[in-house]
Amino acid sequence: MSEVKNFTLNFGPQHPAAHGVLRLILEMDGETIERADPHIGLLHRATEKLAEQRIYNQSIPYMDRLDYVSMMCNEHAYVMTIEKMLKLEVPERAQYIRVMFDEITRILNHLMWLGTHALDVGAMTVFLYCFREREDLMDLYEAVSGARMHAAYYRPGGVYRDLPDVMPKYKPNRWRSEKDLKRQNEGRDGSVLDFIENFTERFPGLIDEYETLLTDNRIWKQRTVDIGVIPPDLAKQLGFTGPMIRGSGIAWDLRRKQPYEVYDKLDFDIPVGVNGDCYDRYLVRMAEMRESNRIIKQCVDWLRENPGLVMAADQKVAPPPRAEMKEGMESLIHHFKYFTEGYSIPEGEAYAAVEHPKGEFGTYILSDGANKPYRLKIRAPGFAHLSAMDDMVKGHMLADVVAVIGTMDVVFGEIDR
Amino acid sequence: MFGLPEDLITVIWTLIKIVVIVAPLMLGVAYLTYAERKIIGYMQVRIGPNRVGPKGWLQPIADALKLMFKEIILPTGANKMLFVVAPVLSIAPALAAWAVIPFDDGLVLSNLDAGLLYILALTSVGVYGVIIAGWASNSKYAFLGALRSAAQVVSYEIAMGFALVGVLMAAGSLNLGDIVRAQEGGFLNWYWLPLFPLFIVYFLSGVAETNRAPFDVAEGESEIVAGFHVEYSGMTFAIFFLAEYANMILIAALASVLFLGGWLSPFAGVPLLGDMTAWVPGLFWLLMKMSIFLFFFLWFRATFPRYRYDQIMRLGWKAFLPVTIFWLFVEGIAIYAEIGPWFDGVLGA
Repeated sequence: MSEVKNFTLNFGPQHPAAHGVLRLILEMDGETIERADPHIGLLHRATEKLAEQRIYNQSIPYMDRLDYVSMMCNEHAYVMTIEKMLKLEVPERAQYIRVMFDEITRILNHLMWLGTHALDVGAMTVFLYCFREREDLMDLYEAVSGARMHAAYYRPGGVYRDLPDVMPKYKPNRWRSEKDLKRQNEGRDGSVLDFIENFTERFPGLIDEYETLLTDNRIWKQRTVDIGVIPPDLAKQLGFTGPMIRGSGIAWDLRRKQPYEVYDKLDFDIPVGVNGDCYDRYLVRMAEMRESNRIIKQCVDWLRENPGLVMAADQKVAPPPRAEMKEGMESLIHHFKYFTEGYSIPEGEAYAAVEHPKGEFGTYILSDGANKPYRLKIRAPGFAHLSAMDDMVKGHMLADVVAVIGTMDVVFGEIDR
Repeated sequence: MFGLPEDLITVIWTLIKIVVIVAPLMLGVAYLTYAERKIIGYMQVRIGPNRVGPKGWLQPIADALKLMFKEIILPTGANKMLFVVAPVLSIAPALAAWAVIPFDDGLVLSNLDAGLLYILALTSVGVYGVIIAGWASNSKYAFLGALRSAAQVVSYEIAMGFALVGVLMAAGSLNLGDIVRAQEGGFLNWYWLPLFPLFIVYFLSGVAETNRAPFDVAEGESEIVAGFHVEYSGMTFAIFFLAEYANMILIAALASVLFLGGWLSPFAGVPLLGDMTAWVPGLFWLLMKMSIFLFFFLWFRATFPRYRYDQIMRLGWKAFLPVTIFWLFVEGIAIYAEIGPWFDGVLGA
């Protein structure tokens, strides 16, 4: 009889659970994984190189397309690096708006993660529930920036525009009954802030709904408890950040450890796990959504009380108000220069990172004094997480690979860049 | 009759009966897929198919037509003969098993005395289609699906068999019609009550046998893509699909016959209600009972995550099997003690 050999399974890139274009080469002994070898690069778009050819502001939309489920957080890291190099002060109102939208983005991302993770493990319904809530948040993106996904809302010096006074509504048409219209427009009668507040009031109940389906479900627990365990030491060595390291019990959160914007003025907790398995990471992310909801609520309260500028007044690096441009020669010149040549950043380098929904997302800019970066480096959290694939699935079964991919919350936009 | 030989008439008459059973069954399968998409749709806050025909009623017809006109792709390196035979092997038992299902008192294609054994034999044959399909496809995903399916069906077959033994002991007969008649009385005389653990085990094993969520590891959408039928297309795929749904309906019918009194009215013996519903044909009650089980099939799919392959095995061997064996002992004692209204007179019969 010939010797029994392991067999190799090509998992992806065309696979329902590949979360885009992950290609895994699995060496298997029956159903048990001996070695998992992730192959990446199938979504490589050379973002870093493209940024070298463009003036600084033109790269903001590229940032949206990195992790395409948490768009504004990517922008945030990029504009923060530029602000750091320019030593630019951001108006407080803009800081609050950014924090609020960072947290909205976190909920958007976590809902996407929850839905796909549950779908991978076989619970189909959670996915559609999550997308119902994502719809509202996408509408918020659209209300402030005009785009539902690739917002390009954050700019160096602040945000593109202040929050609109009116929340757009669904309009009647022949396919939408009166009843549907009323349900869809619920909470949309006031301003954008009113709608956000309405959402924060509804959302904890909706999280409860997802938890009813999963948290105490025996099958869900069997599929996630003790799967993909990462002990705290290993998590540190592997460069884990975000919910992945917090799931292992280390309370590492840039919002607390290196507070940026107005996070030091806000009241929120950092949920941590105990065992570092898929189930703990699930609980951490669920708790994070509740915390984000709290932060959003605080931001809404502050933003109601404090109107003001949302863009820095320095017109060398921020566009002049439209009204001034019509009369002032100076402003017209500034406008022209800003949108053609852009602005130059003095020679030097800087790194700034935000607590992205997936972990530490940072950008590093090296400037030679021109109006384009000499080098832009992006630190994507997912890359470090995916490298731990082999450590996480070794000895588990094929079905657990899917659960582990889900718990990593990988998005190939940022990993391949 | 018409001057034809006696044997030929029997054959023709049997063929007509088969058509009368299989044609509505196929229609039932088609509309079960529609019901599935609609019911799960509403459970998932969406609408489900509503484009083809009024309210989407023609959707299954459109699906069937589409599949018929699709090319049947034979993968390179596949064993062509087995590849084509596999779907046939999987649907044949799913249809043949209907021969012994009693739809009403005396309304059965073949009144077999060993009906229960026949059912047990046929439902186990179905898995060969799956195994052969997985092997003949020459694909690693299909192969894994086939292996999972083989292991799963073998282990659930045993728990299922023991559950059937429980029914056999209570009814004292292998004839499905006699089993139903032994449950005569009211709602409380049916076997679901005295054999409750067996009833649950039987239905869950049935879900596992038909590879439905949460036991759908053999297809495991997100793990092994579509499992054993990943390489199948067009009509060959459609036949696997038909077999799966025909099996679902079969399991629902069997569970109704064995544990919920088949064609018997739930109101029999209830003072006023029993008389008021006496005119309702037995077939109606059977269909109602089957619909309830089928609804559960769909409900499970919308609610539960999927088990892992080894967890399914653990559930089958370490939970279901001991439960059934224990309950057989309890039942044996109950039969000796002649506990009524279910077990009195079983010994004498």
